[in-house]
Amino acid sequence: MRAFLKFDYNLLTKKILEDKLSDFGYKYTIQGFGEIEFHEKVPEAKLEELRYIFDEYGITIIENQKTVLVQKIKDIIHEMIYAEEVPNVKVSVYLAEKLNHSYGYLSNLFSDVTYTSIENYVILQKIEFAKQLFLNDKLSLTEIAFRLNYSSVAHLSKQFKNTTGITPSAFLRIIASRRERNL
Amino acid sequence: MEKEYMHIILADDDEDDRMFFTDAFDELKISTKVQTCNDGVELMNYLNKEDSILPNVLFLDLNMPMKNGIECLHEIKADRRFDDIVIAIYSTSSSEEHIEETFICGANIYIKKPSDFNELKRVLSYVVTLNWQYHTSGLNKDNFLFRM
Repeated sequence: MRAFLKFDYNLLTKKILEDKLSDFGYKYTIQGFGEIEFHEKVPEAKLEELRYIFDEYGITIIENQKTVLVQKIKDIIHEMIYAEEVPNVKVSVYLAEKLNHSYGYLSNLFSDVTYTSIENYVILQKIEFAKQLFLNDKLSLTEIAFRLNYSSVAHLSKQFKNTTGITPSAFLRIIASRRERNL
Repeated sequence: MEKEYMHIILADDDEDDRMFFTDAFDELKISTKVQTCNDGVELMNYLNKEDSILPNVLFLDLNMPMKNGIECLHEIKADRRFDDIVIAIYSTSSSEEHIEETFICGANIYIKKPSDFNELKRVLSYVVTLNWQYHTSGLNKDNFLFRM
């Protein structure tokens, strides 16, 4: 038999952080997604220990300020796309407001670090989410288009094909065959 | 962080195609390390060595003597040690059936070999950037299918 899982990423990460940090012995506050404030200075050796513990869960402590900002951009985009009620504002406006930088600055920084534009990244994330909604939530193309704020099914379909090179139906066919063959 | 680079292997029996490929990568802005194998046997020998560094992306030609791309694909997919490798089929064939079959067997990417150097650069740059996003943004590799 096979069981299919759905994750609440926010809860999952928060729980892991709390579990690991309670053993760590330094007072802290979790500041929203992806930020922890320690109430006192943590010595480098202890930080190294934490790095090691986090590594097992795919959590990295970011050092470089540019990378921190890029990660924040990614988190906000993720939040926007995965929200039950997709906020009805442009990504550019939303990012600039939340991060207090001009969109031009954020956009240049993002391309420098990730080799891709914010716009492309948003599309990629949306299509990834569409794949999940197909496979795990068994939503139809129409339902997904509505959920992700596409103006029409055709628009979603076209963007899927443009981004992945294959049609949504071919994608589903391939994944279904893989599962049949247990790959 | 700045030191991060992507490790790439190409298995292709055609010497010109190999040269073409490594030259294209030299001109991309993402830092990569490109290694080539002359056929499927050489590739599998390398991968199966315990101390070998596994690539982030493997480009596989389909038509190779001794051991072809599909045989390599099957062997790679049967071994959990290779789960993290993204597999790109790099072939001259563009038959729909062929393409879908390689995806079902576990390939992530299918690229029809372009004959023009600039086109090749464009395609490889796109694929490597896309893979970079999967690599750095924790996207689900099982759902990574891409055709160019």
